[in-house]
Amino acid sequence: MTDLAPPAEAIGCAHLWKRFGQVVANRDVSLSVMRGEVHAVIGENGAGKSTLMRALYGIEPPDAGSVRIGGEIVARPSVAAAIARKVGMVHQHFMLVPTLTAAENVVLGKEPWLGPFVNRRRAEREVAELSERFGLRVDARRLVSQLSVGEQQRVEILKVLWRGADVLILDEPTAVLTPPEVAELFDVLRGLVADGKTVIVVTHKLDEVLALATRVTVMRRGELVASLDPRATTAPELARAMVGRDLAAAPPRPLFTGESRERLRVEHLTVARDDGSLALDDVSLSVRGGEILGVAGVEGNGQSELALALAGLVATGARARVLVDGHDVAHQSVRVRQELGLGHVPEDRHARGAILEMTVEENVRLGRQEADDSALALACKRILERFDVRPADKSVPMAALSGGNQQKVVVGRELLREPLSVLVAAQPTRGVDVGAIERIHAELAHARVAGKAVLLISADLDELLALCDRIGVLYRGRVAGCVDNEFARRAEVRAEVASLMLGAGT
Amino acid sequence: MKLGRALLPPLWAFLIAMAAASALILAVGGSPLAVYRLLAAGTWGNGYGIGQVLFKTTPLILTGLSVAVALRGGLFNIGAEGQLTVGAFLTAFVGAHAASLPPVVAIPLALVAGAAGGAFVAAIAGALKAWRGAHEVINTIMLNFIVRALMVGLGARLFEREQIHTAPIALSARLPRLSSWLSALHGSAANASLFLAVAVALFVAWLFARTRIGFRIRAVGLSPAAAAAAGISVPRVQLGTMALSGAIAGLVGANFVLGYKYYYEDGFSGGIGYIGIAVAVLGRARPLGVVLAALVFGTLSQGGLAVNAVVPKEIVDVLTAVIIFAVAAAQPTVRRMLVGKEPAQ
Repeated sequence: MTDLAPPAEAIGCAHLWKRFGQVVANRDVSLSVMRGEVHAVIGENGAGKSTLMRALYGIEPPDAGSVRIGGEIVARPSVAAAIARKVGMVHQHFMLVPTLTAAENVVLGKEPWLGPFVNRRRAEREVAELSERFGLRVDARRLVSQLSVGEQQRVEILKVLWRGADVLILDEPTAVLTPPEVAELFDVLRGLVADGKTVIVVTHKLDEVLALATRVTVMRRGELVASLDPRATTAPELARAMVGRDLAAAPPRPLFTGESRERLRVEHLTVARDDGSLALDDVSLSVRGGEILGVAGVEGNGQSELALALAGLVATGARARVLVDGHDVAHQSVRVRQELGLGHVPEDRHARGAILEMTVEENVRLGRQEADDSALALACKRILERFDVRPADKSVPMAALSGGNQQKVVVGRELLREPLSVLVAAQPTRGVDVGAIERIHAELAHARVAGKAVLLISADLDELLALCDRIGVLYRGRVAGCVDNEFARRAEVRAEVASLMLGAGT
Repeated sequence: MKLGRALLPPLWAFLIAMAAASALILAVGGSPLAVYRLLAAGTWGNGYGIGQVLFKTTPLILTGLSVAVALRGGLFNIGAEGQLTVGAFLTAFVGAHAASLPPVVAIPLALVAGAAGGAFVAAIAGALKAWRGAHEVINTIMLNFIVRALMVGLGARLFEREQIHTAPIALSARLPRLSSWLSALHGSAANASLFLAVAVALFVAWLFARTRIGFRIRAVGLSPAAAAAAGISVPRVQLGTMALSGAIAGLVGANFVLGYKYYYEDGFSGGIGYIGIAVAVLGRARPLGVVLAALVFGTLSQGGLAVNAVVPKEIVDVLTAVIIFAVAAAQPTVRRMLVGKEPAQ
């Protein structure tokens, strides 16, 4: 069988499969991206978008199926093969050398030489030319470490363009950008297309798709479920395609009926980074029992440090007070905090939340080292049942579970802690499948009704709007503002939070 | 299936080493088959050989367990050599002053002194690692040199006149030879410290399989960040792991001092602290694996003497070295220790 693609195709794939252990990340995916398109690939976290892009770019060759570039099947997909065929990729996490200049980063690995030396002047001139031509504003002579996140992203794009790429793949390019930066990026991408390039953008934000894309492909659970013209579709239609059902207008939140007392109070919380700058600058907040306080913010504005500081994993300033049910734990160990009823779902499941080499049971034991065997067995049983963990077997290694099931174990371990008064959940649904997200959301809501205080830190504004009573916004390590999440004013709340994320409150 | 997979890399290592050694034997004009036959006959072929193999295996079990315990805790203890030196010296010192004590007191006391000495030396590196972040590989190596220098200085004052060993230990502190129960082992130096080594192996197995301390050590070894998030004090566990590792190395004196020569002698170890690293790696840092690996290296060590008549005994050193080399290349644990864990995505 020969896959003869139409001549105008820039890149594509046919019947592509990719498995990771038991999880099928890409299931029989066939995609065709035409020249001159801005092709958006959307889907929820864990839908397989990034895996598909990594397959197209040759980082993770598929288990089955073929990749086409310029209408021809790539016999042995690899990054080198993709670059040779003028495909470039800008990764979500930048791959730059901070101690080199922008120009040096762009030419790294293919430097122009002047005798035995790098021809720095020529590199700078070429990068400046490219930068001007595509409106990618960046000073070629500045060190990357001195550039803003948006500028660093432009360096990444310049890197790809300098190598002559005609097809650019951008993985979640807007995740780390502020809205003005997003707008600027979109202008750049439109300019690239006008210049004859093809752009593929991976995202899970619907408004971006509608603003930018000329074609949109929707992925769900590893499968390609729809290919649409964004001009002929609406946000709700896209959302339905992404989730596979109508998004229920979020169920009215049941109210906590008990006596609502303050369970978590944070005052003057300051956390310094290694370089002495402040990641958190005099943060104060309060969460009552039966309340979920959301924490929003553009990535890198102190959310990670807030979770770590509350959990007792980074040192805090001397004036800081963290009161759990009235007990000051600001300078206490993790153990003391746990004993007072503080649960913590770490942001990074692999680095901090779980130990993949250990069994499910041993992972439940983490944080319960003192529990005897029968208490531990009971905790395992409750977690596996309540969170519908599959396989429901506590003796398998954590690594054998899918990401969503691993996260269910971690969230379950912290939520079923005895005693539990405050739960700090940092990005509890990042990178997990839809089923697990629903389960975790339901359990967070349940903890609220049970009178716990929940601090939910999330990069997903929709998640915060669906679950929280109030949403606080961190901007440059400070609380920029706090918005009551009134259900009836949802659109306004979203707009208020979004503007606070850009520093409108400071 | 799981056991088979665990045994496969060491088996390959062994075969590769045999092939390399065979080539070498051929090159020096010997017959590999004859050499291996001689090696087998001189070790497992008679009572004396078996006894000597067990004698050489005993300290390797202890140093192997010492390194293994540290490995499970994510630490690479290169310092077993220095730790066992201090331990053995203290064992000899206490043993020499135990004349008035009955054996049930004198022997344990001498052993506790050895364990404490080893634990102390290792704890220095452990504390530097835990609270200052100084790499334990560098520190334990440096401590080996410090211990060497210290023993030279101490020896000048404490050794017997014109000798390089301490005063003999009291009769009540001496461990019986195995040959006093099993006459077939007659003449060999194998002694009751073998039981001590096996008991320590059982203890380590129990520690990791059943106890909270063992769980904490493993958690810190696999993921310090996750262990810290779970409320485990990573510095304290690292200090404790190194101290335990050093204490086990410090027991080595039981074999040579309490069971064989009855004194501490300068340079008695001959590098068993370093071979302990190979034993732990070949044994995949598991107690049963360590005991088996110690038997392999104990056999080779004794076998070198047996083949010395036909080929240089260094042939066996080559065999040992190639085994270590091949195992190091094949073992994920070692790769992880040397290259560092790949960052989680």
